Amino acid sequence: MKKTGAEIFIECLTKEGVQVIFGYPGGAVLPLYDILFKTHIRHILVRHEQGAVHAADGYARATGKVGVCLVTSGPGATNTVTGIATAYMDSIPIVVFTGQVPTAMIGNDAFQEADIVGITRPCTKHSYLVKDANNLATVIREAFYIASTGKPGPVLVDIPKDVMTASAAFKYPEKVHVRGYQPTYEGHIGQIKKVADAMAMSQKPLLFIGGGIISSSASNELLELSEATHIPVTTTLMGLGGFPSNHPLSLGMCGMHGTYTSNMSLTNTDLIIGIGARFDDRVTGKVDEFAAGAKVIHIDIDPTSIGKNVIAHIPIVGDAKDILKKLISMIKKEKVNWKKKHHEWLTQIEEWKGKHPIAYKQSKKVIKPQFVIEQIYEVTKGDAIITTEVGQNQMWTAQYYKFKKPRTLITSGGLGTMGYGFPAAIGAQVAFPNKIIFDIAGDGSIQMNIQELATAVQYRLPVKVAILNNCFLGMVRQWQELFYDRRYSYTCLESHPDFVKLAEAYGAVGLRAEHPDDVKKVLKEAIKTPKPVLIDFIVDREENVYPMVPAGAPISKMLLV
Amino acid sequence: MRHTISVLVENKFGVLSRIAGLFSGRGFNIESLSVAESLDPKVSRMTVVTRGDDKVIEQVTKQLNKLVDVIKVIDHTEEKFVDRELALIKVNAEPQLREEILRITEIFRGKVVDVSPKTYTVEVTGDEEKVDAFIEMVKPLGVKEIARTGRIAMSRGSKALTT
Repeated sequence: MKKTGAEIFIECLTKEGVQVIFGYPGGAVLPLYDILFKTHIRHILVRHEQGAVHAADGYARATGKVGVCLVTSGPGATNTVTGIATAYMDSIPIVVFTGQVPTAMIGNDAFQEADIVGITRPCTKHSYLVKDANNLATVIREAFYIASTGKPGPVLVDIPKDVMTASAAFKYPEKVHVRGYQPTYEGHIGQIKKVADAMAMSQKPLLFIGGGIISSSASNELLELSEATHIPVTTTLMGLGGFPSNHPLSLGMCGMHGTYTSNMSLTNTDLIIGIGARFDDRVTGKVDEFAAGAKVIHIDIDPTSIGKNVIAHIPIVGDAKDILKKLISMIKKEKVNWKKKHHEWLTQIEEWKGKHPIAYKQSKKVIKPQFVIEQIYEVTKGDAIITTEVGQNQMWTAQYYKFKKPRTLITSGGLGTMGYGFPAAIGAQVAFPNKIIFDIAGDGSIQMNIQELATAVQYRLPVKVAILNNCFLGMVRQWQELFYDRRYSYTCLESHPDFVKLAEAYGAVGLRAEHPDDVKKVLKEAIKTPKPVLIDFIVDREENVYPMVPAGAPISKMLLV
Repeated sequence: MRHTISVLVENKFGVLSRIAGLFSGRGFNIESLSVAESLDPKVSRMTVVTRGDDKVIEQVTKQLNKLVDVIKVIDHTEEKFVDRELALIKVNAEPQLREEILRITEIFRGKVVDVSPKTYTVEVTGDEEKVDAFIEMVKPLGVKEIARTGRIAMSRGSKALTT
């Protein structure tokens, strides 16, 4: 049967189960928008294309499904780059459709032409320029397949305008086969046996988990393994929520702003069982001194992650869930009294926990940012989905909100994108209209995508934004304070809009808290309000994030409160 | 250490830039790169010569494998292989030099493929050392231009690199 490219596009999206598209129209995508107008697929009109990608990404992180984004050619496409790079670094499945000038004009510097496939090549998992409508269905099928399988990631599909209007024979490809792309899911059984043996021998083992636990939906298996073997768990920023933070075997986050216990455990362990984590520099600190005495097990679906930063003694390529299941069944056969074997280690860990818990000095006069996050945790009973911006707000959230379940923290870990949290919260709210979604923001980062307030208002998405307002680019200022002799070079934001009035101008609700006593009251009011709410928390201006490992130092050398 | 890597890739536009971009983006070096169609016209074969320690080469091969359009990667350095390069060398060939150039060309089993009143263009094939040696020999006579293909390589024995 013959169909136009635009019709094929819609048919394929329907087949992929796409329920919502985040997008922004323009000249080169008019044929797609024209057909979207007549379909059941929901379209959320953002106010900037960067917001569309972050929203699709937030939707994907909250649900585990592929997020979809549609923008026009040229500037529409280039505005997506930061969003695509964000999703790429954190392995988030999204498919970005960009319009392109007609095929005959490609390369002629036509109006609103950009080589978006070329521009995004290093930050996409894969990309396509569709030159023939006959290939469109196969490309879309492959795009969703590649985005969502193996190590997930963003895929870009660039569609010239004439391909949208051309007619082609349409047959939906039920099967997909890409010969150069065959991810390994099943872990090598011999290697898994080595892990079980190493665990049985180790006196001081440590589970070190990253975002791979969440993308592979393996948190139940992780919990089972940890409890069965009495092995404590430390997580990366991306791993938060993969293991319940309030569990006695949870050590919290590790790395630059990790807990004392996590970093001391990583330094003193004799066996790191790394799962779905890539041992990046924010985690390892000075890599030569990282876990110097430990044997390293590295389980990851991406072979390039293994051995990239830290030498793995036992590497296993595969899906975390599959490998954990096999490992658990092997462990159950081991005749080891795990509790007794790890008693001494866990006693040491308890001592570290008691010595330097995550802490700050409370004040009765001024709002401490950490207090705001503790209160958000209290009023939401830890059941909210939390997004963050990047900087101090992000690290305090990681430290003080006790994430219990996967997919409850949505944050830009690898790229560290300011302006990510708010549109991501919109994406999460679209996925879960009845959940409480909080974006924990700074006064700097919220202004990077503040225009999306209009989107939240238009679609009645009652997202809450907590601005920790210190009139500084706080994390950069903190580095300047500690390492640049307090020369606050261009980190003081001296002029701000009145955030309350700004929220009102957009048709949202603005609230402000200037005193610690107001924090809870304001938060409760925000939660009650069935509209988007922006809360301006005037916080202690020069509060720092501690513990902190200075860049390039070993992670055992922490600056503490 | 120097490694010779053969890569089978989908013969699609943009694949070369994916590979080149991977090398430049990750700071891997390319000493030579040659690309052409393979037995199957839908597949291209690339030969990359690169340099790095074991850790770098492990990343190079893993990152190449990770590209969706890459079908197969082999590092020849771990096995016995043959490699060849072809070069065209345009040499000054004044009448009094002509005989000397022909003699050297014959020793290297080269071929004169173009002649002008003042130049010879010589084709030489062989491994890099041989090509280098030829160039060294004719340099004193005055080399005007050279073009080299870069290395191509193949495993010895009956084993074949196919999709």
